[in-house]
Amino acid sequence: MVAAIVFWGLAVVAVAAGVAVFVVDSMARATYALAVSFIAVGALIILLQQSYLGVITILMMVMEMAVMAVYMVMFMGMNPALMPMDMTHGKKTAIGASTGVFVLLASGALLIPWPERRGVPPEDLTNALGLEIMGEKMLVMAVVGPVMVATIVAGVVLAAGRTRYDRLGDDLRRRPADDPQPGGIGR
Amino acid sequence: MSLDAVLVVAAALFAVGLYGALSQQVVVMVMMGLELMVNGVLLAAAGFWWFMAPAPSGQVLLLVVLAAMTVEMAMGFAVATLLHRRRQTDMTDMAEDLSR
Repeated sequence: MVAAIVFWGLAVVAVAAGVAVFVVDSMARATYALAVSFIAVGALIILLQQSYLGVITILMMVMEMAVMAVYMVMFMGMNPALMPMDMTHGKKTAIGASTGVFVLLASGALLIPWPERRGVPPEDLTNALGLEIMGEKMLVMAVVGPVMVATIVAGVVLAAGRTRYDRLGDDLRRRPADDPQPGGIGR
Repeated sequence: MSLDAVLVVAAALFAVGLYGALSQQVVVMVMMGLELMVNGVLLAAAGFWWFMAPAPSGQVLLLVVLAAMTVEMAMGFAVATLLHRRRQTDMTDMAEDLSR
C-alpha cells in the first residue's frame, strides 16, 4: 500500500514536472522542472529495487541539467530566469502526435496480457550487475567505452572554434601558425 | 504498483517529450524533449526488467540506455555550440537547410 502511494506520488511529480518543462515561461525554470522529473524517475527506478541505476540516473541528470543551465546563459545572452518566452512552432501537430502516441502506448500497456514474472531477482542486485558487466556482458561495456570516446572526439571537433586547419592552412604547412594571439618562441 | 502502471507513466513521459521535441524552436529545449523521451524508455525498461524477468543481465540494457542519453546530450551540446558559432542562433528554424 505504502509502495503504491509512493509510486503514484512520484509518477505524478515526474509527469507534471515533464509537462512544466514546456509550460513555464523561462528556460531556467524549464531546466529545474526537467531536473525534478529526472529525480522522480530515478526514485521510481530505486522503488523498482534498482538502487544503483536509480542513483546513477539522478546524479547524471542533475549534472546534465546544471550544464544545460550554463549553456542557456551562454547562448541566450540574457538572464534566462527573468525572460519570459514562447518559442514554439507547429503546436497543434505536436499535441496531436504526442496524444496519439500516448493513447497507442498506454492502450498497449493496459490491453496486452503480460506474462507472469520469470525468475527471482538476486539478493544483492548491484553486486550481480557488477559481476554481469565484468563477466558475460563485458562486450556491451567494451562497446559503450569506445562509443563514449568517439562522442568526446566528435563533440570537440564540432564545438571547436578553431582547428589545426584554421591555424596551419589546408596543407598544415603554414608557419608561423595563424593565431589570434601571436606569441611563442621565435615569433 | 504493477507493470501496467509503470508503462502508462513511461508512455506519458515519452508523449510529453515528443511534444517538446516537435514543438520547440530552441535547440536546447528540443534536447530537453528528447531527454524526456529517453527518460520514459528508461522507466519502461526498468519496469519490464522488474516485473517480467529480473535476471541481472537485463540491467545492462538500462546502462546502455543511460549511455545513449549521455551521447545524445553531448552531441546536442556540441551541435548547439557549432550552430551558435556559425550562425549566431540557437533556433532550429534558422538551421532548416541542414535537413536537406
